[in-house]
Amino acid sequence: MSEDRPKAPSMIDAAIVARVARLSRLELTPDERRLFQVQLGSILESFQQLAALELGDVPPAAPGGPAAGVMRDDLPVACLSREDALANAPETADGYVVVPPVIEDDGSRAP
Amino acid sequence: MTGPHPASPADRPAWDLRACYRRGELSPSEVVDAVLRRIEAVEPQVRAYLYLDADAARREAAQWDRAAGAEDAPPLAGVPVALKDNLCTRGVPTTAGSRILEGFRPPYDATVVTRLRRAGAIVLGKTNCDEFAMGSSTENSAFGPTRNPWDPDRVPGGSSGGSAAAVAAGEATLALGSDTGGSIREPGAFCGVVGLKPTYGRVSRYGLIAFASSLDQIGPLAQDVRDAALLLREIAGRDPADATSAEVEVPDYPTLLTGRVAGLRLGVVREFLEGGLDPGVADAVGEAIRALERSGARRVDVSLPHAPYALPAYYIVAPAEASSNLARYAGVLYGHRTAQATDLIGMYARTRNEGFGAEVKRRIMLGTYALSAGYYDAFYLRAQRVRELIRREFVQALEDVDVLVGPVSPTPAFPLGERVEDPLEMYLADVFTVPLNLAGLPGVSVPCGFAGDLPIGLQIAGRAFGEATVLNTAYALERALAAPARRPRVVAAAERRSSPA
Repeated sequence: MSEDRPKAPSMIDAAIVARVARLSRLELTPDERRLFQVQLGSILESFQQLAALELGDVPPAAPGGPAAGVMRDDLPVACLSREDALANAPETADGYVVVPPVIEDDGSRAP
Repeated sequence: MTGPHPASPADRPAWDLRACYRRGELSPSEVVDAVLRRIEAVEPQVRAYLYLDADAARREAAQWDRAAGAEDAPPLAGVPVALKDNLCTRGVPTTAGSRILEGFRPPYDATVVTRLRRAGAIVLGKTNCDEFAMGSSTENSAFGPTRNPWDPDRVPGGSSGGSAAAVAAGEATLALGSDTGGSIREPGAFCGVVGLKPTYGRVSRYGLIAFASSLDQIGPLAQDVRDAALLLREIAGRDPADATSAEVEVPDYPTLLTGRVAGLRLGVVREFLEGGLDPGVADAVGEAIRALERSGARRVDVSLPHAPYALPAYYIVAPAEASSNLARYAGVLYGHRTAQATDLIGMYARTRNEGFGAEVKRRIMLGTYALSAGYYDAFYLRAQRVRELIRREFVQALEDVDVLVGPVSPTPAFPLGERVEDPLEMYLADVFTVPLNLAGLPGVSVPCGFAGDLPIGLQIAGRAFGEATVLNTAYALERALAAPARRPRVVAAAERRSSPA
């Protein structure tokens, strides 16, 4: 990816809001889409000051502190029971989580 | 504490309760009863709690009545504590201030909760917070705002506003909060209590509902510095369940409080005292710095030219991480699920739109945008480079000085409703606190005076794992300033009602 300059706030148009909402898995109402278009535009506009900063060869912040990457023995330990793990799920059956169909039945396969 | 002993056990710090238990002057049951009476008196106004289990607290207190006074009693035996509602508590409702987690009962305790229980603390309940800790006023809670005990028309700060207000109003002796961009320090300042954000990695985040994992830290809110030191000692330290918790020895923080700051190099950050500072905040902070100088600290003026860029960098990095962390709330494993779902993706999208509040959606959108193809380099990567620049600047400054000081927030507690419609205005409350999260450094907010009737906090920042120095500087200030004779308005009014002249 090239080092883009941040897009001007006018770039936060309805299409970008719709795309970001889809990526975010948020089914926004039309009012929310209009509001976020304005608000995200002004927030990103105020963040333009970062674009003007001379960063030289400063790398991105590296995650992790003194303990990152610590290893342990690969031994079985106690963990949540299936019952506990499922206790908060909105819908379960036979020890599984139930969700709406992932693949729609188009009738092409016989029952 | 240098002032006279307060009338109600609800207003006594934990170190003092411990001494009272030892001398047999008070019992945990008496203390818990006093705190529960206080809660009953002020909670209709303050609304610090989302969940309270008075019966369980009384039962736990009774179990400590005999043992809490023993010489070998654990350090927090019989001390009532409150937990921010983004800390998982086994079998006890945990919402993080969100509708999407309404009804969620975690199957395990956060490590800090396990450690508090082991230290003998009595868990009173769960405190209100901005939804998923995203906010600076507690107004983003799906369950209504908490109010500031000093002025109920004003916010308590956020996102740990419930924990700060509870300690300020004597509704808990101690409380835990979490701080991703100032969420312990700012409410601490607004409510006139001590709030500490530890070094990143000092305290295990296991069981903390994640907001921005590279910035989040759990820390204490307390009536005074000794209590903050005591609570930090109990929660700090390596935890195998959190790979980012550091293998760094935990000092005995309370015994390191000497109050001596002679020769301490006090870095006064120029950028934190420029422009837009409320005059009352500037006065109180200036007086606090002079008080530390009178105690022997040596003032060194420090410039951190990139500190002002911390706010935009933070508001890209934190939402980016949040957009990923919050992907798990989709109506599958826990929490809310929409009643109208025909397919899986539609269920996710509708569940999330029903369950999340406006600020959470805004940040998920902002973070998703900053991470998306075509914008990643310009926003996320650039913000992470600015973050590194800021981290280096702070670390370098702390080679020449022992601590950095400045205000916690540019203003005192602001009126409820004033900023909720303007996200950028709300974000400005965090301008002095976010740099420490980006840099991973510890910082404390310690009460340093008033602007009118509103408490002001001084922020003291230190080197990585330098909490002892930060706390000792705060302790020196606490001793140098006269103990506040004032009490939060809500508490004073409650006591007038309960003991008519």
